[in-house]
Amino acid sequence: MLAKIVIVGAGPAGIRAAEVLAGAGLQPVVLDEARQPGGQIYRQPPPGAERDAFTLYGSEAGKARNIHAAFGRLGKSVDYRPDTLVWNCSSNALNILHKGRQGIVPYDRLLIATGAFDRVIPFPGWTLPGVFTLGGAQIALKAQGVSIGKRVALIGAGPLLPLVASQYLEAGADVAAVLDVTPFGAKIRALRGMLAVPEYARRGLSLLLKLKKFGVPTAYDVRAIEVTGNWHVDGLKWRDGAGRWHRIACDAVAASFGLKPEMQLADLAGCATYFDEATRQWLPSLQAGGRSSVPDVYLAGDCAAIGGADVAELTGKRAAYSVLRDLGIGFAADELKGIETTLARHTRLRKALDAAYPFPTHLIDAMSDSLTLCRCEGVTVGELRASYVKTSAPDVNRLKAFTRVGMGRCQGRVCGAMAAEILAGQSGASLPDVGRLRGQHPIKPIPMVV
Amino acid sequence: MISESPQFHRLAERSGEQLVITVDNRDVAVRQGDLIITAVLLHQKAIRRFEFGDGFRAGYCLMAACQDCWVSLGDGRRVRACDTIVEPGMEVRTGIFNANGKTENC
Amino acid sequence: MERLSVDVAIIGGGIVGCAAALALRKAGLTVALLEKGLCGAQASGINAGGVRQQGRHVTELPMTRRAAKLWPRLHETLGEDVEFRQVGHLRLARSEQDVQMLEDYAVTAREHGLYLQLNSGTVTREMFPWVSGKIAGSSLAVEDGHANPRLVTPAYSRAARSHGVHVLEFTPVEHAQWTGSNFEIQAPRLVVKSRHLVNAAGAWAGKFLSFFGESAPLTLRTPNLFVTEPVSYFMTKSIAVCGGAVYFRQVERGNVVLGGGPGWGDLKSERSRNRADTTLGQFARAIELVPELSGLHIIRSWSGLEGDLPDKLPIIGASRTTPNLVHAFGLCGHGFQLGPAIGEILCELIRDGRSQTPIDAFCISRFDAVAHQKMAGAG
Ligand SMILES: Cc1cc2nc3c(=O)[nH]c(=O)nc-3n(C[C@H](O)[C@H](O)[C@H](O)COP(=O)(O)OP(=O)(O)OC[C@H]3O[C@@H](n4cnc5c(N)ncnc54)[C@H](O)[C@@H]3O)c2cc1C
Ligand code: FES
Repeated sequence: MLAKIVIVGAGPAGIRAAEVLAGAGLQPVVLDEARQPGGQIYRQPPPGAERDAFTLYGSEAGKARNIHAAFGRLGKSVDYRPDTLVWNCSSNALNILHKGRQGIVPYDRLLIATGAFDRVIPFPGWTLPGVFTLGGAQIALKAQGVSIGKRVALIGAGPLLPLVASQYLEAGADVAAVLDVTPFGAKIRALRGMLAVPEYARRGLSLLLKLKKFGVPTAYDVRAIEVTGNWHVDGLKWRDGAGRWHRIACDAVAASFGLKPEMQLADLAGCATYFDEATRQWLPSLQAGGRSSVPDVYLAGDCAAIGGADVAELTGKRAAYSVLRDLGIGFAADELKGIETTLARHTRLRKALDAAYPFPTHLIDAMSDSLTLCRCEGVTVGELRASYVKTSAPDVNRLKAFTRVGMGRCQGRVCGAMAAEILAGQSGASLPDVGRLRGQHPIKPIPMVV
Repeated sequence: MISESPQFHRLAERSGEQLVITVDNRDVAVRQGDLIITAVLLHQKAIRRFEFGDGFRAGYCLMAACQDCWVSLGDGRRVRACDTIVEPGMEVRTGIFNANGKTENC
Repeated sequence: MERLSVDVAIIGGGIVGCAAALALRKAGLTVALLEKGLCGAQASGINAGGVRQQGRHVTELPMTRRAAKLWPRLHETLGEDVEFRQVGHLRLARSEQDVQMLEDYAVTAREHGLYLQLNSGTVTREMFPWVSGKIAGSSLAVEDGHANPRLVTPAYSRAARSHGVHVLEFTPVEHAQWTGSNFEIQAPRLVVKSRHLVNAAGAWAGKFLSFFGESAPLTLRTPNLFVTEPVSYFMTKSIAVCGGAVYFRQVERGNVVLGGGPGWGDLKSERSRNRADTTLGQFARAIELVPELSGLHIIRSWSGLEGDLPDKLPIIGASRTTPNLVHAFGLCGHGFQLGPAIGEILCELIRDGRSQTPIDAFCISRFDAVAHQKMAGAG
């Protein structure tokens, strides 16, 4: 009998993994919550809303076309099940929800390629209507052809910032400002490292030139941000490196500060994690070839470590080759070697990018007691601090029990890491010591229906 | 007061059949392929009230992660506005506007 | 090596251990509470929060009555709000047979001072329009309700500490022995000497039986819980059903907490987890009773580690092998409400040698006969 291989996620990592496995005749199952393949980055508009690839993906159009075509070619050699939420994993089986119906998908090998989510740092006004993540702003444009506002301010600490800015400008949006909370000097210093992947450095440079061409106000080393408005966004205040406050009128803000792996499923599958000091976040522990700490479970793409779309394609293939190897199925080892070499270059690039966009701890230090930290439950920074003073909660799960932080619909996906930051700041303990919120199913809400 | 002016703006005019849905009992013209969140925010600035305090929410991540965009439909279902596509005749209930098109207590 | 000498050492910082610590200290004894992790992080901190007398076994009624008198004052005892709400507990009957069962139970309960209000199906619907029309009758315990388990036991431990109890968290007891005149209890870098010892180690209590040459048929129980998104408060009572393995309640914020059936757990690794199959199976059972639950979204789920005994009653009382050793464990999934009373009972046992509340039914020796029978059968 053929081993049953299940891939979760039909983004660049999942699609390339499916390609390798289908090529070996294994007919993998591919589950994805979205209705169409492509993942977040190469997300396609829904039927009826199609537009040409260039308007949609800009400089990434070629890659988007390739990925969609690659998946299209697989046809019946994969068992693709879109619109399928995977909400639990235990004892070699996944709980799924498809069109309101519950189901179970057992597996012999599981390849998790669930991608990433914007890394969020709260600031005053961040829960007002009109504030979105950078990823959200990009999806509005790609999947729906809409701008998140009439006049949009973009804030970030990662390569997504200039990309979204240029996509908005190309599409004719009014961009009020592009604010980078990390210093420009860090990018200059990291330039050498970025040359590990020259086409990447070239693309990055051309994005910056584009912003210049459009004449958008751009600032680096932004020290503080504050969205104003009573019921929705009516402007943005920000403080520059010299301590001066600036004010801009806008009706929408997109802000996020890098990416964070979507590792809830890996967590439920029992995969070990570790705290990565360089990026200041928890990541799944990876062994050779994209293997996790759990036999039978493999990780690829951004859910294993943030690397971007190109890396996702490579780690997707690599994890699939590991599956083949572990099943004792032969394959052309040369290609794997090639992948490893390219990945090594990308690792150097990623190091440079991490240095170019250092984690903006100043935004955490600036958090005042009145700031809402958990947007689902409405828990403030002050409540977390006060709870620590009263209870001496040594870890973030205990703090959750007392304050409800991370107990809402999103399960701490948005605020969990920030609650840890506040606890560590208040208690003096290190971030790895205060831990992270334990995963619980359902990964996303499921309806109680018969 | 949460205004009824739009939050989202179409940048790319596109083809696609025009449909009518209702948002809080008002007819709203949308295009086939629009997500509920798009349909709603093209006409107003928020999609729901915040349960535990003052204020409104308009979604946040648009990728089904933050869970900040749950709305009710006329058929009793509760769905995420950012990953549910409009269907003809759909009745979206945001709980923001009452039958007179006014918002209360804000 | 640190040394500590006290009148009473308590193993386990659940609600039982913490309530006992506070009561004993208030009675003037010196107390050390040893908890391997954090107080109230196991069963006591993650349970369903039901504070219920209705439906308990007749032998538990005196103890549950005693606890019911303590809960309304607990915020005063502990100096903080623990979200105890006396909303009432409604037990539903789906058949005439179940109605009869409720009636019989009400008679027994009344003998112990617990008054239950019996309602026909029609009256139940009039009072609680959100209850399904198929319900044949109900029994309402107005004194019952719920509290926030995440707050109660930690608040107990803080109160105990502020009264002078040595609350020692992250202190796993590795060994304990009776020297003939006192106990010697060993934890990493610590030896505690005490006149009395309380075994309140919850699901882990079996280990401490073996140190003293005792045994009990203690097994692991892992109740399955999950919670919905918040919706407008409509369900004004905590709900249970005759013969049905589902129970639920809505908190003021709007979330509905549901439970019943087995979760998954492992004592060694101290891990527990909700079982998806159990949870999915509960949907129909809950919606059958309260149709409005249909369509609500589940947002979280969990389970916990609890000691279980064959007759679903706890072991509370003196050891049979060792003087001055008292057991209080195996609460079989319904010890949260009893906790405050058990604390006082343990205090009386240690201070006075006997408790005001009858506890004979919970003695450890009740399993001897079973063990002997089994041995005889095997022989
Ligand atoms: C999911 C669930 C739902 C429930 N729902 C309800 C409900 O609605 N209503 C109700 O009345 N009851 C309910 N219960 C039952 C109730 O929670 C328990 O009966 C009660 O909390 C038991 O208290 P305890 O102190 O004996 O146990 P625990 O709270 O488990 O305390 C035992 C303590 O001993 C410690 N310990 C163990 N070994 C050692 C060692 N070697 N050294 C030091 N410390 C040690 C443990 O870490 C633990 O903190 C539920 C239980 C569960 C698990
Ligand atoms: S906007 Fe985040 S889930 Fe819909």
